[in-house]
Amino acid sequence: MKKILAVDDSASMRQMVGFTLKKAGFDVVEAKDGSEALNLAKQQGFDAVISDVNMPVMDGITLIRELRSLPDYKFTPLLMLTTESGLDKKSEGKAAGATGWIVKPFNPEQLLAVLKKVIR
Amino acid sequence: MSIDLSQFFDVFFEESFEGLDAMESELLNLEPGKEDQETINTIFRAAHSIKGGSGTFGFTAVSDFTHVLETLLDQIRNGQRQLVAEHVNLLLKAIDCLRAMLTALQAQEEPEQQEANELKQRFEAILNGENSTGVPEQAISEPEEQAALPITFQIDFKPLPYLFKTGNEPLYMIAELSELGELETQALHDEVPKLKQLNAEDCYLYWRFFLTTTRGESAIREIFEWVEDDAEITIVQCGGLFEEPDDHSESPNIPLSVPAEAELPVQAPEPSKMVQDNKEETVPVKDARKNTDPSTTSIRVGIDKVDSLINMVGELVITQAMLSQIGEQEITESSIAALQEGLAQLAHNTRDLQENVMRIRMLPISFVFSRFPRLVRDISQKLNKQVELKLIGEQTELDKTVMEKLSDPMVHLVRNSLDHGLETPEERIAQGKDPVGTVTLNAFHQGGNIVIEIMDDGKGLDTEKIRSKAIQNGLIQEQDELTVDEINELIFMPGFSTADNVSEISGRGVGMDVVRKNIQALNGSVEVSSEAGVGSTFTIRLPLTLAILDGQLVQVADHTYIIPLISIVESLQIDIAKVSNVGKGLQVLRLRDEYIPILRLYDIFNHKGAREELDKTLLVVVENDNYKVGILVDDLLAQQQVVIKSLEANYQRVDGISGATILGDGTVSLIIDISGLIKLSGLRRPGSSELLVDLKADEGIPA
Repeated sequence: MKKILAVDDSASMRQMVGFTLKKAGFDVVEAKDGSEALNLAKQQGFDAVISDVNMPVMDGITLIRELRSLPDYKFTPLLMLTTESGLDKKSEGKAAGATGWIVKPFNPEQLLAVLKKVIR
Repeated sequence: MSIDLSQFFDVFFEESFEGLDAMESELLNLEPGKEDQETINTIFRAAHSIKGGSGTFGFTAVSDFTHVLETLLDQIRNGQRQLVAEHVNLLLKAIDCLRAMLTALQAQEEPEQQEANELKQRFEAILNGENSTGVPEQAISEPEEQAALPITFQIDFKPLPYLFKTGNEPLYMIAELSELGELETQALHDEVPKLKQLNAEDCYLYWRFFLTTTRGESAIREIFEWVEDDAEITIVQCGGLFEEPDDHSESPNIPLSVPAEAELPVQAPEPSKMVQDNKEETVPVKDARKNTDPSTTSIRVGIDKVDSLINMVGELVITQAMLSQIGEQEITESSIAALQEGLAQLAHNTRDLQENVMRIRMLPISFVFSRFPRLVRDISQKLNKQVELKLIGEQTELDKTVMEKLSDPMVHLVRNSLDHGLETPEERIAQGKDPVGTVTLNAFHQGGNIVIEIMDDGKGLDTEKIRSKAIQNGLIQEQDELTVDEINELIFMPGFSTADNVSEISGRGVGMDVVRKNIQALNGSVEVSSEAGVGSTFTIRLPLTLAILDGQLVQVADHTYIIPLISIVESLQIDIAKVSNVGKGLQVLRLRDEYIPILRLYDIFNHKGAREELDKTLLVVVENDNYKVGILVDDLLAQQQVVIKSLEANYQRVDGISGATILGDGTVSLIIDISGLIKLSGLRRPGSSELLVDLKADEGIPA
């Protein structure tokens, strides 16, 4: 079973992403900010990471930069959840090593469809 | 796969309200020009989360509105715009508006749009007509470009060598392409170097695809969206380069089969369907929200509280096992001792468990206090007064139910302090006071009660004015001599609210009598003390919890009543020599320096067979609102904690009775509501020491 790390400071978003992915047959671990996510990622391997950008403690772009520098996450799909108003964040995220982005708001179907680009 | 989003609504609303509270308190702490980055970031993140969530869960009105807030905050955050006081005011208004919208949505109602639209325009004006494109609908409803007939595209995709390091995988893109239609793939390998020079982590292969699809070019572009900058991509419509197109236009078989194939696994039809649902079929959307019953309130409990409960239940199970083991043995002297010990243990466990269960409903009073910085700010601006608000004891815990009902009376008292209590800066300076007035909210525990003080350092109550107003309203007589405290008490009398006192802030048709009534409904009390020129203090006392009270069981005829222990001053045998008749069947007992009216429970509740001779009965002296009465009972029974059951919920409201409980032997016992009993008995205390036996019709004694 593919294991995904879902990172978001909003509990409802985290629940929604987590629930959707679990229902689609993924193993999901949730984290509420970048720092928590980074610790989890160092302890256990993930097949993909989906992270919000704006979070307290450690934001999503820093998380992606940190993850990409780890040997275990060299090729791992790292997706960021951005909003339509955060267009410049996309390029910033790409520069940090993000694989791609999912634009908020999205519904569960869109999330799974987009995820198919990187994990099957 | 369909997922019912309504299951996440509860969490969304809860966290959105929390976010709004956080935004509000951070904004109130901000000083324009001196804002620190982290505060702005926190405010931005809260707005951002609300927008993201509301967009995702289909509350487009909220996400549209939050968008403008977010844009402004983003500009401030990025240093593109300087935060000014006007922004803070507008943002605070927007928070109110959002709160109202979310409350409406939570109750499954359509939110009021007018204010939101007005505020939105003001934000847009600030944003200088910056276009607000990218509203959420557009993000999810990108029009589906659907070609009528299949078209063949030639797609050249040449990733840059580092592509794998971005986490992208060409294989999945090819798989996605194949889902769009009929795909012919040519993998080109002429750039793969000799084995020695090959870097295993690089991508050397590149591809040429021929895709025959009814979907437009944008669907193809979307697949490569993430790798645009990491690859050379060319997409051209080919007419005849590939032999297929001609066939397509002639043979109907292939075109028909292609869309059928394409429709299945691709995501696009779904979103467009969802948008339709939202726009046209509001009914199903509402139905989906039915799960969110607005009346169900939730409570967040710290894990430590839950842990200690689990521990205690564990203890209880052990004690129960011990007791049942004893029960199985033959009864001997030693087993009786063990049984007694076990029962004591059980009593101990039960009490612990009860206390801890009660603690679950306890929340820090900061939940109520937190709304005051905003309130004080708004009111003081309106009144042109300078006010510093001090909050003390915010961590003091209080039952959630009490908390909810406490908020309105407190708001009223704070408004009063600001409006009537505090002077204008000029007046304060003239009196040698600091121009900035202080309002202090202080909460602490005292015995089984929680005490909340609302203090101001203003001018204090004007006793002369209160006195003359009370005479004018017929509450007291010209000749009545009252102490200062008694005069101050008058402000709680019904009908005291006067034209003099009414202003935009505090004159909302709610008098202090309502404040007192609301607090009394919580089995609490409110008092005022005041000193001219120094300030006033309102003191609210409330029982810690509504559900349990320490009671004195009393016997009247063959009935058992419960008197709240907290109200009892003393219980005594009556010295007949000190009883005098004061007319209309009322007797008073002279107790030290006071006259205590004697209330006969058997009369009030129509019981027969009670002991009527005063020397054979007992008098329980109780105090309510600084006013003492004696309740005549046949006998005092045990004192015990009783669980209050609402009569109103199970039967109906009964005057003089605040609730009922079930005693150990299974009988139902009624709990006496002291202030209701005084009212029922025909005694009133209109601020003077005089006892009135007659009640005016407008005092509202129910028949």
